[in-house]
Amino acid sequence: MIGRVFSALGLLALAPTLWAAGAIEGEVQRQPLNVSAIIMFVLFVAATLGITYWAAKRSKSASDFYSAGGRITGFQNGLAIAGDYMSAASFLGISALVFTSGYDGLIYSIGFLVGWPIILFLMAERLRNLGRYTFADVASYRLGQTQIRTLSASGTLVVVAFYLIAQMVGAGKLIELLFGLNYHVAVVLVGVLMVLYVLFGGMLATTWVQIIKAVLLLSGASFMALMVLKHVNFDFATLFSEAIKVHPKGEAIMSPGGLVKDPISAISLGLALMFGTAGLPHILMRFFTVGDAKEARKSVFFATGFIGYFYILTFIIGFGAILLVSTNPAFKDSTGALLGGTNMAAVHLADAVGGSLFLGFISAVAFATILAVVAGLTLSGASAVSHDLYASVIKKGKANERDELRVSKVTTLILGVLAIVLGIAFEKQNIAFMVGLAFSIAASCNFPVLILSMYWKRLTTRGAMLGGWLGLITAVALMVLGPTIWVQILGHEKPIYPYEYPALFSMIVAFVGIWFFSITDRSAAANEEQNKFYSQFVRSQTGLGASGAVAH
Amino acid sequence: MNDSTYKRIEQNPRFQELVAKRDRFAWSLSFLMLGLYVAFILLIAFEPQVLGARISDDSPITWGLPIGVGLIVAAFALTGIYVKRANGEFDEMNKEILKEAQQ
Repeated sequence: MIGRVFSALGLLALAPTLWAAGAIEGEVQRQPLNVSAIIMFVLFVAATLGITYWAAKRSKSASDFYSAGGRITGFQNGLAIAGDYMSAASFLGISALVFTSGYDGLIYSIGFLVGWPIILFLMAERLRNLGRYTFADVASYRLGQTQIRTLSASGTLVVVAFYLIAQMVGAGKLIELLFGLNYHVAVVLVGVLMVLYVLFGGMLATTWVQIIKAVLLLSGASFMALMVLKHVNFDFATLFSEAIKVHPKGEAIMSPGGLVKDPISAISLGLALMFGTAGLPHILMRFFTVGDAKEARKSVFFATGFIGYFYILTFIIGFGAILLVSTNPAFKDSTGALLGGTNMAAVHLADAVGGSLFLGFISAVAFATILAVVAGLTLSGASAVSHDLYASVIKKGKANERDELRVSKVTTLILGVLAIVLGIAFEKQNIAFMVGLAFSIAASCNFPVLILSMYWKRLTTRGAMLGGWLGLITAVALMVLGPTIWVQILGHEKPIYPYEYPALFSMIVAFVGIWFFSITDRSAAANEEQNKFYSQFVRSQTGLGASGAVAH
Repeated sequence: MNDSTYKRIEQNPRFQELVAKRDRFAWSLSFLMLGLYVAFILLIAFEPQVLGARISDDSPITWGLPIGVGLIVAAFALTGIYVKRANGEFDEMNKEILKEAQQ
């Protein structure tokens, strides 16, 4: 019986890869040139560069660059957070999953959503009240600046690196699929555009690019769902009974089905998914772009609403594809498989319900999605280097704002070049593990330090540092020794660590490490850090002394 | 912000009341959300046929659909409930506490 719980949890196992990279892994067949998609995409780029120009004129200070001056509203930020969540792969991947397995697709999407209310209840307002630009502001609030910021910045950079590689490779594959263009064109294009957004427009431009994309994606998906419902005369019963009739699995698509073999990997990844979200630097930094805790709470409320709505749409879209795509020979090759793979289900549906112009629109939006996400990643990486490493660790908090900004812009450029180089280097590599690894590290290093710094009085610098590093190293080491890297990439016969994902063990290592090295810390500094907890606590609860919106 | 202000607030019974109330509320909602989700997972694990059962004989719609969509709606509704109380009642209390402290 227990085995079945595990296998049910195992439904989560594919989740992060679906979310960020899963849809666009492996071999893809390059499709014929899609001119309308390219035109729509050029329009999107023109509009976002216009916004970047507008934002550049408004972004002068460090606070503008890192957090859009704290002037984003809760509603806008909710859309931006939802945008970070609704990646190309979650749109294509989840609708493809519904297309192939029906109800299971809904189970996956629910797994993504439940973390958000918890983040609201337990973290959002404390984060906003304590932090300024990066989550390291919060984690290092009463602890040793040098040690904790170095740790957090390392955690950030490692997460950003893996996530960025996955997105770059995804962009390359997607452009072959959707536009019929060359892989390298996509990688260079994405690299250059993301640098432009971040370098000139900072957080303001990055947020607006994300908002525009979220609105386009939500509108496009709404239109598709509407057309599907119109096809069945707005009768859900017809939609499902027709789908059951034409789907090879028949009735089974209406109930839970596909399960996973290995329960430990499944739980591990489920944990990484839930707690990793609460440790992703590019998501956490969005909490600092709003003016106060009130707006931070509203952001999560709107984000949860948009994300939930989006998942319901993808469910309808998946069923629509069963009805309108799987029955149409024009979308299939000679063997009866979907052209371009099952991940193209939603894209073909766009063609079926809206013709080639709408197909172009959806393709352009899917690609724009990657751009918006990598811009956020780059900004959070640059902030970690300039705000945490340069200003706080190297200059001991005495850097002037101009130099700090210069460092962040140079870092942005370096990250852009690095992303392009890595994107090209990893073209033929298996990158499926990278997003899972990014989440595992976020869950095993960033999250434990962050949550305990806010909730646990007895946390000390020594505990946070040793435990955090242990979590980070364990996550990476287990991943290297696991089946994906050790066997598939390094070519050894047997993995040393038998499970796919490390989070279950590396999170335990991190929490136990932090706990043990904190309670055994009898130094005077530790004592002082514990005494500072009450002022941190009062500030986190009341917002007294929190950084507010900057007036212009 | 100076330390004595923080100390004063910490000792203010109104502050302690706010923290206790908000904590209880936040944790109850967290457990409710997780409870619903875990119940859903358990249902998938032990009684998948419940989710696969049709809501009526002549409808292809299974119980899994309203339950699944209901979970999504519940997540949204719970965040709404929290935000309403936190941005209203709790923030009012908070404002008064801060006003007192600044006197």
